[in-house]
Amino acid sequence: MPWEKERNMTEKQKKISLLDVEKVAGLARLGLTPEEKAKLGGQLNDILVYMEKLDELETSGIEPLAHILPLQNVLREDRVREGLSQEQALWNAPEKKDGLFKVPLVLE
Amino acid sequence: MNLNKPTAHEIVDMVGNGKVTAVEVTESCLSRIDEVEPVIRSFIRVDREGALSMAGDIDRRIAAGENPGILAGVPIALKDILSVEGKEITCGSKILQGYTAPYDATVVRKLREAGAVFLGQTNMDEFAMGSSTENSGYWPTGNPWDPTRVPGGSSGGSAAVVAADEAITSLGSDTGGSIRQPAALCGVAGMKPTYGRVSRYGLIAYASSLDQIGPFGKDIEDIALMLEAISGYDPLDSTSAPVEVPRFRDSLVDDIAGMKIGVPRECFVEGMEEGVEEMFRAGLEVFRSLGAEIIEIELPRIPYSVACYYILSTAEASSNLARYDGVQYGVRNREEKSLLSMYESTRKDGFGEEVKRRILLGTYVLSAGYYDAYYAKSLKVRRLIKDDFDRAFSVCDSVVMPTSPCTAFKLGSRMADPLQMYLSDIFTIGVNLAGLPAISINCGFDREDLPVGLQIIAPPFAEGKILRAAYTFERNTEFHKRKPEL
Repeated sequence: MPWEKERNMTEKQKKISLLDVEKVAGLARLGLTPEEKAKLGGQLNDILVYMEKLDELETSGIEPLAHILPLQNVLREDRVREGLSQEQALWNAPEKKDGLFKVPLVLE
Repeated sequence: MNLNKPTAHEIVDMVGNGKVTAVEVTESCLSRIDEVEPVIRSFIRVDREGALSMAGDIDRRIAAGENPGILAGVPIALKDILSVEGKEITCGSKILQGYTAPYDATVVRKLREAGAVFLGQTNMDEFAMGSSTENSGYWPTGNPWDPTRVPGGSSGGSAAVVAADEAITSLGSDTGGSIRQPAALCGVAGMKPTYGRVSRYGLIAYASSLDQIGPFGKDIEDIALMLEAISGYDPLDSTSAPVEVPRFRDSLVDDIAGMKIGVPRECFVEGMEEGVEEMFRAGLEVFRSLGAEIIEIELPRIPYSVACYYILSTAEASSNLARYDGVQYGVRNREEKSLLSMYESTRKDGFGEEVKRRILLGTYVLSAGYYDAYYAKSLKVRRLIKDDFDRAFSVCDSVVMPTSPCTAFKLGSRMADPLQMYLSDIFTIGVNLAGLPAISINCGFDREDLPVGLQIIAPPFAEGKILRAAYTFERNTEFHKRKPEL
């Protein structure tokens, strides 16, 4: 945990370890260089310490607000309409074959 | 004649009555672009041919006696986040280089139908993540008032092109202040409409529950005109609101006598620059002298909005940006032999540092074991912040705050500490969390002669109140008439 050594953190200030950074990057399918892991890890730690500010607020019994508009399910009429053509949908494909997106081996 | 200088409503009049042609106006903007872009660098791409061809069509339609719409012949710049059919759109990111949008965003279609001319795409922080446009995957943009300073962000390019008279108006997007803060730093007007007022279809998503498209303008009449052109329910965006669109220009009334304006005690924070506070207080005096009643109010949960926002927005972003994996569009790292390593190395090479930071943070706060402490907690805090505004609007018509605690800062001066950069969004973020409409207008200049922004906030779908207050301020001050020397 390079950022801990660098800054003599107390236990309370340790929010995220190098292992956590690697795990989260893996979940996000995000490749990182060793330098990025160290730098971003330290910064994330600072940000997470700051986020503790939220604990000052009592929120038990408060209804979470995920979305600002009072919308329920919005359904459209069940009618056929024009969408993108297969050709348009494939305009930007890095690789395609026989009208499909082509990807590298899924199972090695 | 410098046809790049007038406002949109002036251009519409001149083009409509045959005094000038849309092609002449467009050529003026293009030559201004040639003149200042080497210094400002606010366009990622300029579509010279496309713009002249759109302008030619407008001129032909006017000659044939048609009315091409409320923005006939107005050259407009679009943030590089809005889809334009057949054009390259990259959201300021290397990962989307070469991406051609297969359809128009709804706002783009509406602007076409209103007779606008598209000049090209403006620079921005990659995926709209930033407050300075320095996170662009291309290059930083200079502030027209001082090109060694940032234009603000993330819609920094769209603010700069209007300030520098390269475009007549422009569109940006605002997730946590990305229209209002660059408008403030560049000394132009910029408005974030109510969440749901404008369709997000074709807007590349950052944080879907917060994103909203809005205009930049040289004056408030242009903001009203643009808002009329782009607003309205859209079946292609299930979060767009089935609410009637008023004729916003009817709100341009020079009278705010009796309007109750709330000023939150919390907005006089430590760290606000002296020049900002001074001009903000002077702005309040302008309102007071015009007959508005200034009321001190409390928004006690605003100090928590930065933490709440950076949890919710990054959580949404980590999910929205999962689609950039080298499969359907954008660049792909072709050297990798397996699907998983292709995903990881494509995203490693394609995303910039700020985007990686936010994806990591968003993934972390959503991950098992941390979800309740961060994400679920923030959803509740979001409710408390909305309650604060609801309470405020029960005693006042609008709320006024500074837009940003600082004026334009030097390029490169704040890149080392992302948390400090996040904290500078303190005045704009609450508005997005509560889904409210808000504008930033120029309320003066600090001692270094940099513009200061004043923000006016109203209840949902009460854009008319904002326009009326902003218009009255503008009619009784001269700040909006000052132009940067370039």
